[in-house]
Amino acid sequence: MTTAILVSILTAATPLLFAALGELVVERAGVLNLGIEGMMLVGAVVAFAVTVTSGSVVLGVIAGAVAGTLMALGFGLLTLTLLANQVATGLALTIFGIGLSALIGTAFVGVPIEDLPELDIEGISDLPVVGEVVFGHDALVYLGIAMVPAVAWFLAHTRWGLVLRAVGENHDAAHAIGFPVVRVRYAAVAFGGAMAGIGGAYLSTAYTPMWAEEMVAGRGWIALALVVFAAWRPWRVLVGAYLFGGVSILQLHAQGGALFDVPSQVLSMLPYLATIVVLTVISSRSGRRGLAAPGCLGKPFDPFG
Amino acid sequence: MLRLERRAAPSPVMRFVTPLLAVAMSILAGGALFAVLGHDPVRALYGFFVGPVTTTYGVAELAVKATPLILIALGLSLGFRAGVWNIGAEGQLTLGALAGGGLAAVVFHDATGPWLLPSMLLAGAVSGLAWAAIPAFLRTRFGVNEILVSLMLAYVALLVLSTLVHGPWRDPDGFNFPQSRYFPDSGLMPIVVDGTRLHVGFPLALLVAGIVWLMLARTVIGFQLDVTGLAPKAASFAGFHPDRTVWFAFLVSGGLAGIAGVIEVAGPVGGQLVPVISPGYGFTAIIVAFLGRLHPVGIVLAALVVALSYLGGENLQITQRLPEAVTGVFQGFLLFFLLAADVLVRYRVRLTSARAAS
Amino acid sequence: MPPSAVPARLQLDGITKRFPGTLANDAIDLRVQPGEIHALLGENGAGKSTLVKIVYGLVAADEGQIVWEGREVVVTDPRAARALGIAMVFQHFSLFDALTVVENVALGLPPGERLDRLAERVVSVADAYGLPLDPHRPVHRLSVGERQRIEIVRALLQRPKLLVMDEPTSVLTPQEVDRLFETLRQLRDEGVSVLYISHKLEEIRSLCDAATILRRGRVVARLDPRAETAAGLGAIMVGTDIRPPRHDRSETTGPVRLAVAGLSQAATEPGESPLVDVAFEVRAGEILGIAGVAGNGQGELLAALGGERLSPPATISLDGGEIGALDVRARRARGLVYVPEERLGHGSVGDLSLTDNTLLSGLRAQALGMLGFLDRGVARRFAGVVVDRFGVATTGPAAVARSLSGGNLQKFLMGRELLQEPRVVVCGQPTWGVDAGAAAAIHQALFDLAAAGAAIVVVSQDLDELFLLADRIAVLNVGRLSSPLPAERLDAERVGLLMGGVHGETVDA
Repeated sequence: MTTAILVSILTAATPLLFAALGELVVERAGVLNLGIEGMMLVGAVVAFAVTVTSGSVVLGVIAGAVAGTLMALGFGLLTLTLLANQVATGLALTIFGIGLSALIGTAFVGVPIEDLPELDIEGISDLPVVGEVVFGHDALVYLGIAMVPAVAWFLAHTRWGLVLRAVGENHDAAHAIGFPVVRVRYAAVAFGGAMAGIGGAYLSTAYTPMWAEEMVAGRGWIALALVVFAAWRPWRVLVGAYLFGGVSILQLHAQGGALFDVPSQVLSMLPYLATIVVLTVISSRSGRRGLAAPGCLGKPFDPFG
Repeated sequence: MLRLERRAAPSPVMRFVTPLLAVAMSILAGGALFAVLGHDPVRALYGFFVGPVTTTYGVAELAVKATPLILIALGLSLGFRAGVWNIGAEGQLTLGALAGGGLAAVVFHDATGPWLLPSMLLAGAVSGLAWAAIPAFLRTRFGVNEILVSLMLAYVALLVLSTLVHGPWRDPDGFNFPQSRYFPDSGLMPIVVDGTRLHVGFPLALLVAGIVWLMLARTVIGFQLDVTGLAPKAASFAGFHPDRTVWFAFLVSGGLAGIAGVIEVAGPVGGQLVPVISPGYGFTAIIVAFLGRLHPVGIVLAALVVALSYLGGENLQITQRLPEAVTGVFQGFLLFFLLAADVLVRYRVRLTSARAAS
Repeated sequence: MPPSAVPARLQLDGITKRFPGTLANDAIDLRVQPGEIHALLGENGAGKSTLVKIVYGLVAADEGQIVWEGREVVVTDPRAARALGIAMVFQHFSLFDALTVVENVALGLPPGERLDRLAERVVSVADAYGLPLDPHRPVHRLSVGERQRIEIVRALLQRPKLLVMDEPTSVLTPQEVDRLFETLRQLRDEGVSVLYISHKLEEIRSLCDAATILRRGRVVARLDPRAETAAGLGAIMVGTDIRPPRHDRSETTGPVRLAVAGLSQAATEPGESPLVDVAFEVRAGEILGIAGVAGNGQGELLAALGGERLSPPATISLDGGEIGALDVRARRARGLVYVPEERLGHGSVGDLSLTDNTLLSGLRAQALGMLGFLDRGVARRFAGVVVDRFGVATTGPAAVARSLSGGNLQKFLMGRELLQEPRVVVCGQPTWGVDAGAAAAIHQALFDLAAAGAAIVVVSQDLDELFLLADRIAVLNVGRLSSPLPAERLDAERVGLLMGGVHGETVDA
């Protein structure tokens, strides 16, 4: 039982992990993209459609990432080049993503697919508890975990990671030194889109291998909250994703096993309520948060004065 | 090479032109989409934009769909003017529907009278407002991001509705379907035009638009919202308190969304509570608010355009077997193109050669 | 200049720079020798910043030449300046708060060096010049003095031949100033030239080998500051052509209208100045001038007096009633009007019409009807009156504030407050950027109000203006206000000393 729960937490956390890590990079570059939900949905449906038509899950996931990137570039065009309001544009991206994914998905409702193959290592995977928890997942679970040190290393130890943080912290100073603020932000936004696309692809090809309208069910918004919870630090995103994965699995198991005598819908509220509680706790420790958030988060960079 | 040049002052002409431009571009993009989907674009566009409103019934339906959009978008526009982002109107609508519907279907289902509908609307307004008070409180007291809180509460509200119609409020004679009892007749929206579903909610929404217009154009609070959104320091100079602005925006928009929820369940939904009472009006109203330039008259017009997209989607589904989701895509196009065209309000776009630019 | 074996490190010949409406630099000649700390002295607006921006390639001169080590050069941008060996430490640091010291340094240097290697170099340069700095601390945890050290270390890592420092001590504690001076002397002994921009007289006397003094964009003196007194330097800097205070008004012996006592405020954000035990009184019919260098608490004092920041009730009183805890609108209702320093975005909303902008402060007095309804007709007429009376060049009350030129907007904002028949006027920079004719009109309006019995506080960096307007003058320095003295008993020399932070018995008049 415990082992099964641990395993399911890993998988439930994976889409959140991808989406939140992507948004973390976007926000560290000073851009607030509220369209994660929309990018995840389009990533999910495109990945599913490509998997069905090509028969290859790998191709499907790649297509999901590309779809998320394209959506993100649309956001970039509006906010970075045309200087549209980031909040409104992010909302537009989500609304558009809900519609577009539903449109693409109409042909795929109820179609079954083979989900992602699991990674097995002869002998070790059979070990009790450790073997089951550590092995026997699909590759994306491992990729998600591997992305955490990768993003952390990129931000902390590479020149471009440094430039990206500088751009997010003070775009005027970065511009004055001579860094290409807009191009750096485009790259970050595109990365965030790819990650959200993969997160969505994971939902439709591995977590629940199927397509259903609005199947992302608010995970994109929870990913946004995770970035705040993590105080814009990659490793804390990992912790947060597992925490929220845990909450949603707890809710599933409570429903299945009738652990509590409450309607299933009340348990389904848990992740959303937990998000509000966590945000409140984080925000009320004021001062700290002000310093953790990138200095130029959400502010348009207008090189034309 | 494209180059943006800031205008000395925002162009008033462009403020009016850009929404029209956005609609035109959405129509073009919609046509392209239909072509990609393998349909004759002209026929599909006709079916989407004209087909639904060729009958009196269709025109009435347009007004029916526009009603909740107008009410909610009017409320949201107040906050958006001041930089306060209530994104959870769907939740406030749901809570309003619950309170009003609960009154009619559970509390007073056999005690009826002309007082019922007004009390339902009042209960809906109060619950919508109370639901909106949560993000307002958390923002003003703890500095919690109101976007995320109001949105999370929308998901919670839908689950509350689901809990009630699946459980305690389920109709005992309803064959176990997840729906409440029917409201008594005095708990239904009176129909204004016979043979249609057009109810008094639409004139009510127009009345509210008039009141909001008066408030924005002629009162201190409207002025306060604008100043707070445009220049927070100038608002401080004028002596406007930022927390009061947040509270005002949330309470009014929550209350109006709550009223819209009652109108829906007591009108087009058919006089009972069911698990789905809105096709996302609370979210779509965000598009309406922006497309209407956050101005009451603009919002009424924008609500009619967006309502048409609902009808158009339904019509194409029936007549040409196109997926209804076309509606959502079209709405997304509208907002995207509007935001893109917005650049013309503040900037002049100049074509320059690369040499001249450097 | 006698021919010498070693050419000057930096030589400016006839540098002229015009901005719309002003001549920022007028044929300036300047010569900095190797191994010399050269002071560039002048009031705010004298043209110092423009001149160093030209040297560093941030601004292009209209006329004149730059000669670097005997060779005429064109400095097109900061990169070209750095290639020559010119390094600059700005007054407002261009640092990234969330990043560490070494990361900040790395961003200003060419890429390619590993951060751990660079950190070692930072430490070794910092140690060599007595600038202790932990390379791995995030900048937001550092004091202002430590932040400046980052800029200096970053400049020194480029091995400069000329170090330009713009008002480096305005943000430092006395201890930090001493340490900085030791570093600069060490650099001088190694042959580095330093161009030191300041208005602080004692500092320049103790640190610099030579000084060039600017006033209104022109060089007014070249001298050895060690041979001068601080008072003498101050008089040259401020100018001896200040007109005597006007005595065409009757003796001001009205009752005390505005009284401030024990007004203290901590600085809540970095970059803010505290207010320390500020106290003064202004009588009916009197104009009090508050002088001081920018950033010494002017904005904070204006916000506290205007009511944007509240304080204990008794710290501020108007006609005997305590108003310290009243907000802006309540103070306005009692007849206190207020003009903030920043005109666009604070005193006005750029995207709103002049009519609407009159409502910002004129709401209660002008256009508030029943149930919170506004009477825009009244507001429009009032805006029209302001436009007419103050000669605001605009298309009319419907024009948006952003479309006005700076000077015209200033006239409008001053007029908006002055025409409300105030009992107390608190204004910051009343004529900043306004042409002479309009400035005279604003001054006349202030005189008329005073004559009608209003108490007026004018916060300005323009000493000429203060001597013209004020009955008494006090000086704000790091949040402390000197005791106000009658203008006729003050002279430029004394005010210059106070602005330069020289307190004590010299002030007793």
